[in-house]
Amino acid sequence: MKLISSLTTRLAIATLASVIVAGSALASGATAVPPRNDWSFAGPFGKYDETQLQRGFKVFHEVCSNCHSVNKLAFRNLSQEGGPGFTEAQVRALAATFKVKDGPNDNGDYFDRPARPADFWPSPFPNKQAAAAANGGAAPPDFSVIAKARTYERGFPNFVFDIFTQFQEQGVDYMTALLHGYEDAPAGFTVPDGKYYNHYFPGNVIAMPPPLLDGQVSYEKGADGKPQAPETVVQYAKDVSAFLMWVAEPHLEQRKELAFRVLVFLLVFAGLLYFTKKKIWSNVQGHA
Amino acid sequence: MSGPSTYVPKSAFGKWFESRLPIVGLIHSSFVVFPNPRNLNYLWTFGGILAFMLVAQIVTGVVLAMHYTPHASMAFASVESIMRDVNYGWMIRYLHANGASMFFIAVYIHMFRGFYYGSYKAPREILWILGVIIFLLMMATAFMGYVLPWGQMSFWGATVITNLFSAIPVVGETIVTYLWGGYSVDNPTLNRFFSLHYLLPFMIAGVVVLHIWALHVPGSNNPAGIEKKTEKDTLPFHPYFTVKDAFALVCFLMVYVWFAFYIPNFLGHADNYIEANAAVTPAHIVPEWYFLPFYAILRAVPDKLLGVLAMFGSIAILVFLPWLDTSRVRSGRYRPVFQVFFWLFAINAVLLGWLGAKPPEGGYVLASRICTAYYFAYFIIVLPLLGLFETPKALPASIADSVLGKSGSANAMPQGAAHEPSNKA
Repeated sequence: MKLISSLTTRLAIATLASVIVAGSALASGATAVPPRNDWSFAGPFGKYDETQLQRGFKVFHEVCSNCHSVNKLAFRNLSQEGGPGFTEAQVRALAATFKVKDGPNDNGDYFDRPARPADFWPSPFPNKQAAAAANGGAAPPDFSVIAKARTYERGFPNFVFDIFTQFQEQGVDYMTALLHGYEDAPAGFTVPDGKYYNHYFPGNVIAMPPPLLDGQVSYEKGADGKPQAPETVVQYAKDVSAFLMWVAEPHLEQRKELAFRVLVFLLVFAGLLYFTKKKIWSNVQGHA
Repeated sequence: MSGPSTYVPKSAFGKWFESRLPIVGLIHSSFVVFPNPRNLNYLWTFGGILAFMLVAQIVTGVVLAMHYTPHASMAFASVESIMRDVNYGWMIRYLHANGASMFFIAVYIHMFRGFYYGSYKAPREILWILGVIIFLLMMATAFMGYVLPWGQMSFWGATVITNLFSAIPVVGETIVTYLWGGYSVDNPTLNRFFSLHYLLPFMIAGVVVLHIWALHVPGSNNPAGIEKKTEKDTLPFHPYFTVKDAFALVCFLMVYVWFAFYIPNFLGHADNYIEANAAVTPAHIVPEWYFLPFYAILRAVPDKLLGVLAMFGSIAILVFLPWLDTSRVRSGRYRPVFQVFFWLFAINAVLLGWLGAKPPEGGYVLASRICTAYYFAYFIIVLPLLGLFETPKALPASIADSVLGKSGSANAMPQGAAHEPSNKA
């Protein structure tokens, strides 16, 4: 028996050791980890900050929408509960500034008409091929669910803690970091023509040119005449990322509110069942 | 069911109905008065939890199917439309996706209970094999379900796994072409996977009926691993185990709600929010977490056909477990050496899962091979030999004794019982 247990112990140690060695060897080639930001929508009672979503929408509208489509966002979503909080009139006016293709009409012709709230945000390009051709061969990704389509490896044991802290903001942390992560390539690193060096993009070579500049988008002024948030690249990055989180998860607030109420119900229900169980089993000797 | 039902209907309608279709009597004898060992711990609540999860998945799945379009050009968009425009569509989708994970968490706990307490041993071999069949059906269902959103992982996971069948000599390539309905994973594949994904859960339900039927012949195993001898060893299912199962279910539901509502994308893969693109291969193709141990075993073997055989073999070997374990003692509680190997097996399974998510490079390859070797060694070498050489601890005289100890005595009629416990041999 002693021989067997020492063999199995050695086997276990060997397995663990090889795993630990492998882990450290791979760490050297990994991409930089984006810094954590404070998001108003994080955590069990998270809510979107309406004014931040409106600022983010402005950045998206004025900068990003020139190249990026957001096919699943309809104009009417912008006035829905749990979002940027535009009024229906504002949404109608905004939609009307866009042209969408419609038809065929009774003559069999296709025609352009102003967009309505029911329409989806028109893509800046007629198709994927045109988008790629206009952008050096790589079509800019659609933004509808991009905040959920991007992440970074949390590693062990972080991913265990994330279950309890409800950390779901890898996507927005990554996007924020990427947007102000453009820098000069380190010595000896060659960046291919037409591409750019980014600290956080996997592989560090990104086809998108730095999209943001300080002061590029003017934010609404507060009562003191100053913009309600700093007009800096870092702030634009945070605001547009928050907006994109809302685009990806428009029902986040409702989801978290309902979660709390369901959990409270289940907690009370579990308590009642626990004491009922105890009572029913109380006359059975020898069992708790 | 052993013996006729003792149910006597009280109303005239009840008598009329029962004489034509004795289903109420069947439910009564199976789920009201059925005798269960009194020493069951909470690991025995997972069967009921699994039955609930099957119903939950079917209900959420049927509602999703009302709004989903199984065509390659519309699948991804239809799922997004469910998430955005269908009333509470986001909830039904997240409940279904996370429900699958919860289903597998429960089934693994349920299986490990069986491993530890020897629930697969005679006379429950068929019960165990039916369980393996349910597990295989669950894996097929989950695999096909994951393809339906038509994200990058859906598409490429389907490509990797369906390609495995080409390893079969002679007929492999043809089988894969017919499986795909074409020359690669494409719309015909998606369409037929949707059809089969809708079908298989009902097959699972059928096998579950057989599983419960097979269980009810000998009755449940218990932590002491000794069969019930007298009435003192058991308690009627209702109210003792109905309330205990209900409590366990509500606790399980709290974990389910935590995942489905607060961290609904934790167990998923971000790449599946990118629409499927046959021209772009993701950097790392990984299946959902519950397949990772088998994925690790598949990649541990350097040969394609042998890797496929090892992966399917790792599940097929479970069928032979009742005969591989030679110990005459059923429960691991009384097998001290077995316990060491068992816990190593459990840790090994978790390790295999972790390795399944890692790229098959460097030290991960050696680790996967060692863990795969132990996985098979446990079934083929350890368990057969242990039964022959292990000295087990002394077994208690009866279930009642194991619960009460020598000094106590079981009351003849525990209060709160629905009926006098019926005599089951």
